[in-house]
Amino acid sequence: MCVADTARDVSGNAHCKSKEAEIKRINKELANIRSKFKGDKALDGYSKKKYVCKLLFIFLLGHDIDFGHMEAVNLLSSNRYTEKQIGYLFISVLVNSNSELIRLINNAIKNDLASRNPTFMGLALHCIANVGSREMAEAFAGEIPKILVAGDTMDSVKQSAALCLLRLYRTSPDLVPMGDWTSRVVHLLNDQHLGVVTAATSLITTLAQKNPEEFKTSVSLAVSRLSRIVTSASTDLQDYTYYFVPAPWLSVKLLRLLQCYPPPDPAVRGRLTECLETILNKAQEPPKSKKVQHSNAKNAVLFEAISLIIHHDSEPNLLVRACNQLGQFLQHRETNLRYLALESMCTLASSEFSHEAVKTHIETVINALKTERDVSVRQRAVDLLYAMCDRSNAQQIVAEMLNYLETADYSIREEIVLKVAILAEKYAVDYTWYVDTILNLIRIAGDYVSEEVWYRVIQIVINRDDVQGYAAKTVFEALQAPACHENLVKVGGYILGEFGNLIAGDPRSSPLIQFNLLHSKFHLCSVPTRALLLSTYIKFVNLFPEIKTTIQDVLRSDSQLKNADVELQQRAVEYLRLSTIASTDILATVLEEMPPFPERESSILAKLKKKKGPSTVTDLEETKKERSADMNGGTEPAPVNASAVSTPSPSADLLGLGTGPPPNAAPAPASSGSLLVDVFSEPASAVTQLAPGSQENFASPDLASSELVSEEPSEAARGADELTHKFVCKNNGVLFENQLLQIGLKSEFRQNLGRMFIFYGNKTSTQFLTFTPTLICSDELQSNLNLQTKPVDPTVDGGAQVQQVVNIECISDFTEAPVLNIQFRYGGTFQNVSVKLPITLNKFFQPTEMASQDFFQRWKQLSNPQQEVQNIFKAKHPMDPEITKAKIIGFGSALLEEVDPNPANFVGAGIIHTRTAQIGCLLRLEPNLQAQMYRLTLRTSKETVSQRLCELLSEQF
Amino acid sequence: MIQAILVFNNHGKPRLVRFYQRFPEEIQQQIVRETFHLVLKRDDNICNFLEGGSLIGGSDYKLIYRHYATLYFVFCVDSSESELGILDLIQVFVETLDKCFENVCELDLIFHMDKVHYILQEVVMGGMVLETNMNEIVAQIEAQNKLEKSEGGLSAAPARAVSAVKNINLPEIPRNINIGDINIKVPNLSQFV
Repeated sequence: MCVADTARDVSGNAHCKSKEAEIKRINKELANIRSKFKGDKALDGYSKKKYVCKLLFIFLLGHDIDFGHMEAVNLLSSNRYTEKQIGYLFISVLVNSNSELIRLINNAIKNDLASRNPTFMGLALHCIANVGSREMAEAFAGEIPKILVAGDTMDSVKQSAALCLLRLYRTSPDLVPMGDWTSRVVHLLNDQHLGVVTAATSLITTLAQKNPEEFKTSVSLAVSRLSRIVTSASTDLQDYTYYFVPAPWLSVKLLRLLQCYPPPDPAVRGRLTECLETILNKAQEPPKSKKVQHSNAKNAVLFEAISLIIHHDSEPNLLVRACNQLGQFLQHRETNLRYLALESMCTLASSEFSHEAVKTHIETVINALKTERDVSVRQRAVDLLYAMCDRSNAQQIVAEMLNYLETADYSIREEIVLKVAILAEKYAVDYTWYVDTILNLIRIAGDYVSEEVWYRVIQIVINRDDVQGYAAKTVFEALQAPACHENLVKVGGYILGEFGNLIAGDPRSSPLIQFNLLHSKFHLCSVPTRALLLSTYIKFVNLFPEIKTTIQDVLRSDSQLKNADVELQQRAVEYLRLSTIASTDILATVLEEMPPFPERESSILAKLKKKKGPSTVTDLEETKKERSADMNGGTEPAPVNASAVSTPSPSADLLGLGTGPPPNAAPAPASSGSLLVDVFSEPASAVTQLAPGSQENFASPDLASSELVSEEPSEAARGADELTHKFVCKNNGVLFENQLLQIGLKSEFRQNLGRMFIFYGNKTSTQFLTFTPTLICSDELQSNLNLQTKPVDPTVDGGAQVQQVVNIECISDFTEAPVLNIQFRYGGTFQNVSVKLPITLNKFFQPTEMASQDFFQRWKQLSNPQQEVQNIFKAKHPMDPEITKAKIIGFGSALLEEVDPNPANFVGAGIIHTRTAQIGCLLRLEPNLQAQMYRLTLRTSKETVSQRLCELLSEQF
Repeated sequence: MIQAILVFNNHGKPRLVRFYQRFPEEIQQQIVRETFHLVLKRDDNICNFLEGGSLIGGSDYKLIYRHYATLYFVFCVDSSESELGILDLIQVFVETLDKCFENVCELDLIFHMDKVHYILQEVVMGGMVLETNMNEIVAQIEAQNKLEKSEGGLSAAPARAVSAVKNINLPEIPRNINIGDINIKVPNLSQFV
């Protein structure tokens, strides 16, 4: 008997007796097997097989098996198929990393691979694929491609070999050598045997993600194979027709393979479009069978076709049809289809062709949120609402999400809270609505409102003075509730501390009432909240001198001054002292209203991304570390103005979000650890970032990533323009950064040639797949600027950086900038990033030194009105002559000192080198300190050059 | 890629566990338990997909499962697989089991554990779909059976012994397990008979 006796006993036990009885029975059996293995009598093959089989069963029940491996290995070298088979099974289920054993196993595998017996080869290949260890890859990665493409290999072995190679490539890509075999593998797509084609397609799909060039020819082969399947009558596909659907798995795989590549050449593209249309048409035909298998198989192909259409994102016609098809599925009675339709629509919503079409389904999706019984489906509905949200429907979607939040499953509440907070902020036209929404969030799901969310609302209220009075009034009213969430107390405390004066005129919210209201919550709160409230009290001392004594009494009470918590005690002592000795002037300065925060990426967005996908560094934790190093040790936003206190006050990291220094504070060291800081610390962009929180600032470059990318093309483009300006006078720096990706630049230019190194850094811990940066030049630009580059490795490991070199030749002068488009797959979603590459005409400047006389002589020669371009503009930056000089030199021209009779003016000269011409350029910049204006004059021998240089340089001052 | 294939009964007893990514044994057991609790609380007639638990996981992974009479078949897959494709694959696997065991039931999975593994191996290899054509799979299994028979002698004994055991109405198997009841109901089998 084989497992039967063990199984019978054990399963019998499992059903009717205790766990202990089962364990006892199993231990007895294990002891028995062990003694049999150790016994003097050599076991025959059959007994070995029997006992190994028993061990497998015991393992299945969750018991450790620490012996039997050797016996299993011995079975591998048996000549009997059945013994070999059970040996391999044991190894692939139970193998451990015992290196001695691995060598023996590898030896047996080697023998079987060489045996030319297809059954044995199959077993060996299965074992390699199932174990897939690095040692096995080392031993066999070279061998398997040969088996795969050898002419005399049987189909079933080919199939196994293809998948085995795929497995090894997944575990140890470095060990699988590319070579001649790759082209032959591509031709397996034409194989007669559909099983072989399916396996080969899987293999090619994975290989092509890393080596798109090498497998480019697979595209046309895949399209023609797909076309044959889709258009054929189902009868001529051997047995691969599944419930009347011809070869559904192969179709799915082929469609997946095509998603590794951009839309193919026009000839192939026509055929592919035909296929996709046929698939869409078939969806409308009446089903050939009522069986669920039929509809599953048909729809598996259909969904994959839709994914491909979305991936190509180039045929508006197909996109709209895809959207309509998904719309039908949204109302389908099959839950699975509704689920998948919601999921696909999420990606569709980010295509600009179909965003509007997706939006038409909003009612259905909202309904799904309300009525679906299945949490999986509801979650997809939330995702889709989030993806389809834009300014036109934000209020409705946010309201629905808030509604849903009241009854939502606990598992997805936090995510919904984050989504609501992001949407409310992103699409707030009216900030009172935003404040209401966040307070509602805290009311409904206070426990799920993370720090980031309430920090953010404070940040926004402080930055927008039109909403401050409303916010104070609203929090005051919200605090009236007998039981309110601690997060509300925090927000309320902070906001009243800053803006309580705005509502103090109303006798119903007089200073004393405000104070008493807050203090009534004090004792119910945790230490950090109490600490925050103490800061609010000292701010009240400044805002409302009339209640100073009341507050001092509270601070003086034993429960404060002698509090066991050192932080609270310290605050009480210090604040009490401050309120007693400081004059009103000093108090007013120290406790001045918080300055606006520099605008940063919403940390909520970062948090959501972190929830949705793994990422390496958490900003929050980093800033927490910094914060604890702070002298004041404040663990919460302390409303003390940084500019007045000499120590780096906690307010520098008030929101703990890696925010930089407030504008009027000295450079704060606190920001150095932040992830984003190197982008924003650039002087050129810092100014735009410090602008009071206007709408556009919320669309920080980060939003250009993931699903938000195409929603805000104009804003993303504007951000990119600013970045380009940043690089006009310098050659190195960070070009782009979001939560996933950082792009750095390093470039050098000589005469009309240049070389740019682009560094792509993966900031996450997850691989980017099919990472493809593409340089896009308009036709006009292409004739003026020659860019050459090599493709980069399409897989970027987590934390790794890849480099791309672009060789640049300037043929003739140009105005546009090339666009760098980056597409990659991250954690299942497609990411698309576009930034302008800062290659500007002035990069091809060669400085020319000349004396005053020469300069004015040339200046006069260029007096033709087309040669001169002048621009008068307001200074955007402080008018520091040293900085100005540095910028002119950075711009590329020579800075000529003592040339202009007026020493306050700057003049420069240089030559723009292009392949076709060299253009002499003279420039003169006249600052007017009083008016804070500049006049910039450019004279060159070519009108377009004057024009362009003037534009570029004007942006710099 | 398929990361794991778990089959357990309505009480959470594992009947077939196959991992294609290495996990320590105790984690494997935890995964089975966690997955069982995840699918158990779901009604029938809702969708067959759900996000993975904490152990197998990350946002990229999904559990795709089917419930047949007393058994749950759960595949844990990443985003490179088509959800509906995997759903059909489970069906193919179960139909194949049904063909090979002639009305498969939970006990077949226990008594013929090795055979069940061999059948699975013809469908999924190293976490990748190997063959989807049921006739081809059954042909492979039949070829194996033939080989086994031809090797004859002692090796043929286990099969005979098992069927003998099965027929003598095992006293140790609790009476409440009625073999008729736990037949895996494979819908629409008439197609394949």
